Amino acid sequence: MNLHHHTLTELKAMLDRGEVSARELTDYFLARIERLDGDLNSFVTVTADQARTEADAADALRSKGKTGLLNGLPIAHKDIFCTNGVRTSCGSRMLDNFISPYDATVVEKMRAAGAVMLGKTNMDEFAMGSSNETSFYGPVKNPWDLSRVPGGSSGGSAAAVAARLAPAATGTDTGGSIRQPAALTGITGLKPTYGTVSRWGMIAFASSLDQAGPMAQSAADCALLLQSMVGHDDKDSTSLNRPADNYLADLDKPLTGLTVGLPEEFFPASLDGRIAELTRETARELERQGARVVSVSLPSVKLSVPAYYVIAPAEASSNLSRFDGVRYGYRCQNPVDLMDLYKRSRSEGFGDEVQRRILVGTYALSHGYYDAYYLRAQKVRRLISDDFARAFEKADVILGPTSPEVAFPLGAKKDDPVTMYMADVFTIAVNLAGLPALSMPAGMIDGLPAGVQLVGNYFREGQILNVAHRYQQATDWHRQAPAFGGEQ
Amino acid sequence: MAIDQDTVMKVAHLARLHVSSEQGPALASRLSDILNMVDELANANVDQIAPLAHPLDVSQPLRADVAEPADLRDRVLPLAAASEGSCFLVPRVIE
Repeated sequence: MNLHHHTLTELKAMLDRGEVSARELTDYFLARIERLDGDLNSFVTVTADQARTEADAADALRSKGKTGLLNGLPIAHKDIFCTNGVRTSCGSRMLDNFISPYDATVVEKMRAAGAVMLGKTNMDEFAMGSSNETSFYGPVKNPWDLSRVPGGSSGGSAAAVAARLAPAATGTDTGGSIRQPAALTGITGLKPTYGTVSRWGMIAFASSLDQAGPMAQSAADCALLLQSMVGHDDKDSTSLNRPADNYLADLDKPLTGLTVGLPEEFFPASLDGRIAELTRETARELERQGARVVSVSLPSVKLSVPAYYVIAPAEASSNLSRFDGVRYGYRCQNPVDLMDLYKRSRSEGFGDEVQRRILVGTYALSHGYYDAYYLRAQKVRRLISDDFARAFEKADVILGPTSPEVAFPLGAKKDDPVTMYMADVFTIAVNLAGLPALSMPAGMIDGLPAGVQLVGNYFREGQILNVAHRYQQATDWHRQAPAFGGEQ
Repeated sequence: MAIDQDTVMKVAHLARLHVSSEQGPALASRLSDILNMVDELANANVDQIAPLAHPLDVSQPLRADVAEPADLRDRVLPLAAASEGSCFLVPRVIE
């Protein structure tokens, strides 16, 4: 049986109809990982035995008539989520030996909904990167072209879903780390409103920006996954306490009366004309379905990359101070004193990009520079947030490109941090404002997928999922899969 | 703003990172590239603008100040590179 091109939603229906068991599905995807991941490097750890046990438990529950939202569906978790008894590396040498003693809330909730964990996916070290090249475990390859990057930082999750090694995966998004790799690999990924998904057990990078979300083949799949991930959590003080939304209820709602805003700032003269055109073609498809397209302006968005590269490193320098070689994680050999233990454990345990960001953040927060950098960046953050608020007075959703380019060659930007940072030029503003946004495939350029981004107002995940789902009912870009791995 | 090697060394000490004198110049150059990009912020007119720390401008929820049994010691101590009894071991601090 050829199962891997089915969406998560279709696999759920097949499980419900008894056409396949959770154990069969799990064995099927484990076999694909075993056969194909050597070329991709999308998994850091495969939890085959645990997956089979969880699948058998899901089948046993189903035989008693008990099924959770994700009962028996195999998924992969980004290796940033703590998993009890399983290595949680965050893509770093620092945590290469870290066996988490507890589960992240996201992991716990998805397991409670019946999901089967296939394993942990590769990622940029501590989620810092846009190409998955900063991982201690080596780069992930893009299944559309193995000489190219899958994007980052959730590059392992994106590549695994695109190559159909897993029907779905979790990701995290601090400046675009779900949406940019989703765009570069031709899948759908959603970053929820800040505070919607608990950050407990999700290793912190920049706490005021980090948010977990789903990555899958379709918007409907993302809705299903998101439904199982959200909810207030006492263990995360930034988790919002508000009534649960039903993301599945309005997926099919017609788009009549919807207003779509196209920000002129998302179409700079420097943008690849083919990406601009497929974004406009997406707008035309929404118009054909009854939406109205208007122009909106986000003038301060041009400052989002500089503001982000003060705020995120500042928060990272604080968050990563916990890795000291004393309580867990990497410790250097033969320290001469405590200071030597701290310094060498950290400089040997962290890779170059993580150390650069810690240094930038420490500098930005240091005496004499706080006002010029951190405080000013927080004020610019307000300008960006206000821009979106004004745009949402004119439009229900905002549409633009996800990434300024398709997947680039491995190594092309690795040694030039500032050029690499521009990969997230269209995604970062959304994190600074805390808004929900998704990326979905909307065309192909030179045989590589390109994505568009839909930004919603606060708590309007259901609306952007609805728009994306309607788009995916009328188009088949999300059904395109790489030739990687052949048909079987 | 460009930063020099001395500043890099000072910041590295504050961040508890070991940077060798051979690494210093290249690192100073990379960090200067990043800070030059960030300097674009100086062009923003932020007079009368309040800083935004939380995207939704909500305050932190408070919970009752009640101790909850954690019972974590036996699971956490084995994660350390060196421990003895109920303590983490580090190089001698007091002579």
